[in-house]
Amino acid sequence: MNEIEQTRNPTGNSSNPPLEVHDLTVAYDQKPVLWDIDFELPEGSLTAIIGPNGAGKSTLVKAAMGLIPASSGYTLIYGKPLDKQRHRVAYVPQRESVDWNFPISVMDVVLMGRYPHLRLFQRPGRDDRDVALAALKEMGMEPYHKRQISQLSGGQQQRVFLARALAQDASIYLMDEPLAGVDAATEDVIFQKLKELRDGGKTVVVVHHDLQSVPDNFDRAMLLNLRMIACGPVSEIFTDENLQKTYGGRLNILSQMIEESRQQRFVRESES
Amino acid sequence: MITSTAWIIITAILVATSCALVGTFLVLRKMSLMGDAIAHAVLPGIVIAFLLTASRNTFPMLIGAGLFGLLTVWLTEELSKKGRIFHDASMGIVFTTLFAIGVIMISLFAANVDIDQECVLYGEIAYVPWDLWVWRGTNMGPRPVWILGLVLVINVSFITLMYKELKTYSFSPQLAATLGLPVGLIHYGLMGTVSFTTIASFESVGAILVVALLIVPPATAYLLTDRLHRLLLLAVFFGITSAVGGYYMALWINSSIAGAIAVVNGLQFALVFLLAPKYGLLGKKLAGRRIRKSGPEMISHPEPNDVRKSLS
Repeated sequence: MNEIEQTRNPTGNSSNPPLEVHDLTVAYDQKPVLWDIDFELPEGSLTAIIGPNGAGKSTLVKAAMGLIPASSGYTLIYGKPLDKQRHRVAYVPQRESVDWNFPISVMDVVLMGRYPHLRLFQRPGRDDRDVALAALKEMGMEPYHKRQISQLSGGQQQRVFLARALAQDASIYLMDEPLAGVDAATEDVIFQKLKELRDGGKTVVVVHHDLQSVPDNFDRAMLLNLRMIACGPVSEIFTDENLQKTYGGRLNILSQMIEESRQQRFVRESES
Repeated sequence: MITSTAWIIITAILVATSCALVGTFLVLRKMSLMGDAIAHAVLPGIVIAFLLTASRNTFPMLIGAGLFGLLTVWLTEELSKKGRIFHDASMGIVFTTLFAIGVIMISLFAANVDIDQECVLYGEIAYVPWDLWVWRGTNMGPRPVWILGLVLVINVSFITLMYKELKTYSFSPQLAATLGLPVGLIHYGLMGTVSFTTIASFESVGAILVVALLIVPPATAYLLTDRLHRLLLLAVFFGITSAVGGYYMALWINSSIAGAIAVVNGLQFALVFLLAPKYGLLGKKLAGRRIRKSGPEMISHPEPNDVRKSLS
């Protein structure tokens, strides 16, 4: 049934945004950790979720994916409830959230991305292996496909996670800190891949910890601190006022950082 | 005719194989002691089935026990999810309470009949050849062999059919959920097979030693391989060899068969723990020495950029 829907409507329904979250509130032990979050994201966008530690960035992604119970709220994927649309959403969890000593190979992990395309009981076939290998190649990890996953560096593990998401061939990508603790080369590869996905019409949302690299690499941002402070194009919402609201007293250091990065970019642009 | 020795060994092999298969997933899910909890908490289910049917017929008991097995899993999860209780503490509360209820039910309603608490706890595999199943006047062989055979067929089919689902779920339940896999079915399916396996193994090895067969062979195999399918096969191998080895050890030293099987399990683990090439003590020590001798480039092959990052 899903395939029929997709062929009739390859990029989804144009009147419905790929991802909308409404009225989302999450509480732990009666204490709200996310309050009344409401947003819609357009097709072909690359959004960073940023905010201080404990702002609820990961919680937002997990609750939107239905992984943790929400007090209220719902997620729509192309106007339809999430449960029927899971195959269209690729979620990349935080690297620390899985057991890297688990007895499986890199290839096995990437093949998991194909499971939404398979029926219950059905095993992945040759086509799925080809897709998985191609995804590994895109992330520069093809030579490692037979390795046990514990024998990878942090950056390599993250690339394997991204290859898994690519193999899923989804419309929406939700990634929880994919750039945390990775090496510089992996960071470049990942940023490049995120942009390619966006340019291919995908909707990409990334929980991100590095405020400074947002203007250069993302076109939209969500500023989060328990509530949604601002959500929109980076050029519009990256104002001192919004950042002050998001980060509170720590603004000074941060606005300096952004000022520095602006100057660096200016220098680079004037040099080239 | 199959001799009674052969029946005992066949029973032990069936128990060991079933336990190793489902035990592997328990160990990987870091829920090893769930088998222990289930093995105890099913007691009220057995007693209720006995009281309702007024017989020691195994099938009602299997069903009663199966229901209580799932109840244990469900209660454990609800308590730790809804209350301010750690998962292991919640498991401890649920299974001891249910077991205690079973003990009291036996002493109240079934004190003068033949549900032997000692038999539930320790089992007696040596009686298996005489527990015959007579069907329409034909002797079909020992009843436990049929039941354990059925459980093995269920376990093998469950794991073969749901292999990719079980693999993903044990790797990361969250990932399985976001991929749209039926996590509820996987989880309760696994717990259901653990319940059936535990209960069917009761009569022969008892509620305590069944835990040894659920955990020790998979844990031993885990030290020897990095692939799930090999882990399953190796766990079965250790299960079967301990079953056969345990039987002959019991003959040799004239002791309890179930006890001897568990001791062989422990010996196998100890040997592998010491000698395993990669994850054993000796293997790790040799690898450390090799690295110290040959210098840092032997440790692994990090990409140049990984090094650059770690230096900065």
